[in-house]
Amino acid sequence: MAEVIQTTSAHAGESPKLSVERIPSGLVIHLIGEWRLTRDLPPIAAVIREIELARPRTVKFDSGSLTEWDSSLLAVVSKVSQLCRQHKIEEDRSGLPEGMGALLKLSETVPENEGARAQPPPADIVTQVGREFFDFLQGISNFVAFFGEISIALGRFVTGKARYRRIDLKIAIQDCGPNAFGIVTLISFLVGTILAFMGAVQLEQFGASIYVADAVGIGMVRDMSAMMTAIIMAGRTGASYAAQLGTMKVTQEIDALNTMGVSPIEFLVVPRVVALFLMMPLLCIYSDFIGILGGAAVGAGMLGITLNSFIQEAMRALTIGGAVGGVLKATVYGVIVAVAGCLRGMQCGDSASAVGDAATAAVVTGIVYIVVACGMFAVIFHILNI
Amino acid sequence: MPIHRHLQKHAADLANPARDDAHIEVKNLTMAYGDFVVMRDLNFTVNRGDVFVIMGPSGCGKSTLMRHLIGLNEPAKGEVWYGDFNFTRADTQERRRMVRHFGVLYQGGALWSSMTLAENIALPLEEFTDLARGQIAEIASLKLSLVGLSGFESYYPSQISGGMQKRAGLARAIALDPDVLFFDEPSAGLDPISSRLLDDLILELRNSLGATVVIVSHELPSIFAIGNNSIFLDPETHSIIARGNPKDLLEHCDNPTVHRFLSRGESQSGDPAAATKNANKDAAEKPPSSSVRSNG
Repeated sequence: MAEVIQTTSAHAGESPKLSVERIPSGLVIHLIGEWRLTRDLPPIAAVIREIELARPRTVKFDSGSLTEWDSSLLAVVSKVSQLCRQHKIEEDRSGLPEGMGALLKLSETVPENEGARAQPPPADIVTQVGREFFDFLQGISNFVAFFGEISIALGRFVTGKARYRRIDLKIAIQDCGPNAFGIVTLISFLVGTILAFMGAVQLEQFGASIYVADAVGIGMVRDMSAMMTAIIMAGRTGASYAAQLGTMKVTQEIDALNTMGVSPIEFLVVPRVVALFLMMPLLCIYSDFIGILGGAAVGAGMLGITLNSFIQEAMRALTIGGAVGGVLKATVYGVIVAVAGCLRGMQCGDSASAVGDAATAAVVTGIVYIVVACGMFAVIFHILNI
Repeated sequence: MPIHRHLQKHAADLANPARDDAHIEVKNLTMAYGDFVVMRDLNFTVNRGDVFVIMGPSGCGKSTLMRHLIGLNEPAKGEVWYGDFNFTRADTQERRRMVRHFGVLYQGGALWSSMTLAENIALPLEEFTDLARGQIAEIASLKLSLVGLSGFESYYPSQISGGMQKRAGLARAIALDPDVLFFDEPSAGLDPISSRLLDDLILELRNSLGATVVIVSHELPSIFAIGNNSIFLDPETHSIIARGNPKDLLEHCDNPTVHRFLSRGESQSGDPAAATKNANKDAAEKPPSSSVRSNG
């Protein structure tokens, strides 16, 4: 006696339905209603269970009551076919709509690639930590190796042997120098005002408002100008370098240089590193003045200190060692930003998303190494009593 | 002795033909990305003056093989020889001298986007010659005129069409009159007429420069129009499953994979007669070129 198991979706009327009928020779799957991806589709778990439990000799389809169909039904039939193959059950597709048979055949033309679904076994926490640690070490090693390559290329640049285009150097200088003035001005002014404001709130309590100028002057010149300018350049220029070189990697322009026997390090990286090396000290000095100006604005507005008095006091507090140290830091940070940007660009993969990843990685790498370098400078300057 | 032959066995079974005029010899080359082996133990020879086609389905490693031939990738095993020069074992300076004899046209042209077309062509000339700036500019103009881009010297790559970029890339590839020209999917993304023009141009340049041409392609019209020798890479066995003149392979090779590929998948049963019929139909639709005639 035939037994019918039916599954339906929540919708009434023409909603898609599946029913399984047991017949002496096996199973018949009745496909009913309008099968559309946009509709609520009936669950097929019951059908799968029936096939697995009953293990019929044959599975047939009946599409007599099927009104519309698309990939939603194709996926179900494909799953049933897969089960039939798995359990060595004969499948009769004569009851399927004509087009569906052709699509099924197409989907089965190329067998699944062995191992395509294979996933590496999940690593335990120790392995993951170890892997991350070695990746980190590898990252440092790559950075140092790349820095070494650049050093050699810079040596050739200094001796006039490097192969690069002067126009590229000029463009790079323009890009990371004058074109960065606006953002450096804004950030430096704001940092100067913040330092002054923080100092003013505390120092005013002791009647030592004038020393706000000392705090701003020393803070900007020794550390903040170099640090803030470097962070701006990491986000602006470092990311730009990574994106430029990454795109050149994707479009095989770097390959083309290699096959022309032209060193991409000399041709592409050196002008960018030299540009930042030259521009960062200048930007830092500029940032010093703008930052002090920002502090002076707070001094004049909140504390009644004249611009002249503020600047005189700030200059009095500064030392040559501190000023030179600040510029030296900026120069080193500039090289770090350039190397990080170029390294990530040269390591970029071959897709558009890889370019975005390279730009992100350049900013992160640049800022991390800037902070590390800042810490090292603090220790060295302390030892040297600067 | 017949120059071309076809085989459908595993690459290890294929005897490497010894030829006196071998220009490029690949010996036991295994290509891999990490642990993933793309192709293993490849052995083949490209004769001087050949238009050698590296064929195979998408993703089988054709472009990777070309990158190994020009030194952009290092082999996991094996060697690439140019005449008596072991390219794989050479140091950086020796390789640099060797690549001066290569001309490479990449899939998208790979023109340097910050330079004009003339500057793109001038760069290798500046790098490898002592010519005066004026002479370099003249040669750059000449090379552009050879590929039909006269007057476009001051254009940037972004200002010209994809087909023109390919031709400009070709002009750059021949800037130094190379001994070996490599083409990675030269017809990809081109309309049939542009593709045909590029094929003719490649043959003209091969004939006039006397260069050996290595082409990575799966564009059948191009393969049949200009190729006189080929290998077929099979991603299933990671090896060469056929080699020889593409037209001979189409007519005589009974490997179903090669047949399906060369007959555009129309002889899925591996019926050589049907495939040959299709090939003859293709040939009839194409105007013959001198090189095709000489090889056919």
